[in-house]
Amino acid sequence: MNNPYIPNLAAIRKIIIENEAKDIKTFELVFKDPEAMKNFRYKCGQFAEISVFGAGECPIGLASSPMDEDCIQFTVKKVGVVTTALHNCEEGTVIGVRGPYGNGFPLERMEGRNVIIVGGGFAFTTLRSLTKFILHEANRDRFKDLTVIYGARNPGELVYKYDLEAWGKRDDINLNVTIDRAVPGWTGLVGFVPAVLKEVAPSSDNALAIVCGPPIMYKFTMPVINELGFRPEDVFLSFEMKMKCGIGKCGRCNIGNKFVCKDGPVFSYKEFQMMPKEY
Amino acid sequence: MKWKVLEKSELPALVAKLTEEYEVFAPVKEKNIVSFERLSSENQAYLDFWNTKKPPKDVFFPQTETLFTYRIAEKDVEIVEIPAAKGKRVLFGVRPCDARSFVLLNKFFSSGEHKDVYYLEKRRNTTIFGLACTSPRSTCFCTSLGGSPFGKDGMDLLLQDINDKYLIETITEKGEELVEKFPSLKDAEKADVERAKKLSEDAETAVKSKVSVKDVSEKLDRMFEDPLWDQIYQKCLGCGICTFLCPTCCCFDILDEETVEGKRVKIWDSCQFSCFTLHGSGHNPRSSGKERMRQRIMHKFNYFVNDFSEIFCVGCGRCVQECPVNLDIREIIGAISARQAE
Repeated sequence: MNNPYIPNLAAIRKIIIENEAKDIKTFELVFKDPEAMKNFRYKCGQFAEISVFGAGECPIGLASSPMDEDCIQFTVKKVGVVTTALHNCEEGTVIGVRGPYGNGFPLERMEGRNVIIVGGGFAFTTLRSLTKFILHEANRDRFKDLTVIYGARNPGELVYKYDLEAWGKRDDINLNVTIDRAVPGWTGLVGFVPAVLKEVAPSSDNALAIVCGPPIMYKFTMPVINELGFRPEDVFLSFEMKMKCGIGKCGRCNIGNKFVCKDGPVFSYKEFQMMPKEY
Repeated sequence: MKWKVLEKSELPALVAKLTEEYEVFAPVKEKNIVSFERLSSENQAYLDFWNTKKPPKDVFFPQTETLFTYRIAEKDVEIVEIPAAKGKRVLFGVRPCDARSFVLLNKFFSSGEHKDVYYLEKRRNTTIFGLACTSPRSTCFCTSLGGSPFGKDGMDLLLQDINDKYLIETITEKGEELVEKFPSLKDAEKADVERAKKLSEDAETAVKSKVSVKDVSEKLDRMFEDPLWDQIYQKCLGCGICTFLCPTCCCFDILDEETVEGKRVKIWDSCQFSCFTLHGSGHNPRSSGKERMRQRIMHKFNYFVNDFSEIFCVGCGRCVQECPVNLDIREIIGAISARQAE
């Protein structure tokens, strides 16, 4: 019987400091076993359990695109014991990865449709994976218009600046990057994500919306999404919850009888509306 | 199915013989507490008990279990896997309520894409030798939850005390294999089987405590926001004893012990603790005892029923017996079932 609790070993190839506060870093990992690298097939929106041996495990969303074949990436904010230990690791350190877990975004349903991606703060990681995936030359034709709305508190807190810069030069993505309050030197959009979404007003015709951010952002974004005419079954949210096993066994990440780790972390707004209010 | 008889005086010899071939876990009395221990030359099985304080779930789901060990050398790491199960085991003297818990735990741990090998492998390597219950206590309510004092669910064999001797009933092939190792066991007479049947009926009648679980799951579907939750949790201390001593509760944490040469362990956890669901951000979706009590009841009587068509409680009564503030799950079920249908 396959043992789901044993992690694959992976070396940190590169560490990218993502924000000014230096508490968000992207870790680029290469599995020690080339077979494990090949076998680690994942979908945008899935996550993995990352081990820092001696500190423990924590669930982190996959930030790389499934099209990146030679490495996987995770963007991690320093918050607790494991993420702090991970932030203290140097390039070359071997850590553990088990997964991928969770359902991921409904890519099949996005094909042939317009895609609207709405993200706030550090929760942009799996949305970055999705954006990169759609923009890949082998995939771009399968999707129609791509609109991305991404906001952070200030310019220093925007992650993936290198991607944002490259995407800004393309004509096959409508990219809207915003910060909460104006600061000297910022020439881009200013305002909270819901306000910018209202202004950009992407059409809900033949479209699917993917929303990911802190709870407060959901609270103010969902009314705008409704106003734009999106049907609840065409809007998808990605959840965060305290997790340990990642495989629906340890018993803590459930909302009602749905486990966020195995039934989610992506739920349609329609499913979300039927869930008990405990998240 | 076979029926064999065993003279009472022969039981120690039978158990001793089992220990030659199997790791045998049986109820052992120590300092007035009866608990399942591995038998050795130092201790012996003790069968004159109501039920063990702790259920035998830790034979398959230890309170602390090493999943693997690791050794860190500079930047590199080496992992050594620990086999999920080693030798063959016999779990002897399990009460029918506890044996039934294994039917439920099997369903849970073998469900989904990723199976819990540590539980399943140990269960697979183990023969469960049950012990019928002739004198249920006032806190027992197994008959309301699909069990009975002579119930056979989850067992491979059942030992029944029929006053002057024991009757051994084989239930599965595994049980037959075990009995075949004792060719000197005599076949039971018709009268012995009849007497066991009578005792079984008497024991069933002796379970006086009844709860009505009919419609409880359906009612709970609409009771997430019910005012009931605001009341029932108030005297709860959040000690978690109800979950630790529950034969079906199986939530766990995973953590690392030691930094250089260490081990990753799976360790019992409880939905009654506030840190169980505490996010790194400080947010907690179950921030008070109200949400935590609701989770425990919902999980057992609604969520598990939706997923596996069974109630996740066997009516052993330990949570009632051991709660320091006398919270009684039977009263909670009663209050739910008394709710008028809308």
